Amino acid sequence: MITVTVLLFGPLREKHGRGVDTATVPEGTTVGALYERLFAGTPEAALPVAFAVDEARVPAATALRDGAEVAFLPPVGGG
Amino acid sequence: MIALVDGPVDEAALLAAIEHPSCGCTVVFRGMTRNVFAGRRVVRLEYEAWRPVALRELRELVVEAEARWPGVRVAAAHRLGVVPVGEASVVIAVAAPHRAEGYDASRFAIDALKARVSIWKKEIYEDGSAWKANAPAGDE
Repeated sequence: MITVTVLLFGPLREKHGRGVDTATVPEGTTVGALYERLFAGTPEAALPVAFAVDEARVPAATALRDGAEVAFLPPVGGG
Repeated sequence: MIALVDGPVDEAALLAAIEHPSCGCTVVFRGMTRNVFAGRRVVRLEYEAWRPVALRELRELVVEAEARWPGVRVAAAHRLGVVPVGEASVVIAVAAPHRAEGYDASRFAIDALKARVSIWKKEIYEDGSAWKANAPAGDE
């Protein structure tokens, strides 16, 4: 098993109840699979969310590694 | 100059950062909290950011604008937390040798900010609330 830090923003933070969390998942788990695990069965599962690992955008199929900082990014709304 | 601030934007500081004797015009874009959205009365907006990344993205768009329009100087600040109706959530100040580049760079900067900077907005209505994603540039 590996442990990652999870950053959540906007509607995802609100739904999850906190903006920073940790998740322990099997080795080989992808960023997209972790998102599904966290938000399965909620309206947030349908959001066009972008993913980042250690502050760099990555595709959903990226495998997590131990100690990574994963960010789930809903569509932005600044301005 | 770029900034994420937790209270009112200091416009004088933005202007001081960009004004220069080589620039014949200054364009200030101020994004304000509207009191109504789709017929619902808006009480306030709430913004949050992924701060280190949003700062980097703001810096990148300023560098991009200044490279695309030589001689143009850009400063941008976005307010976070609660922004009451009638107050500015974002201010972009542009100084330019001539007005054409000034308007173009200002438009580019606000469009790029709305499209790509890691900031999220919640609209609080009299009767509810909603997280609002930006429409693609030109759709608003």
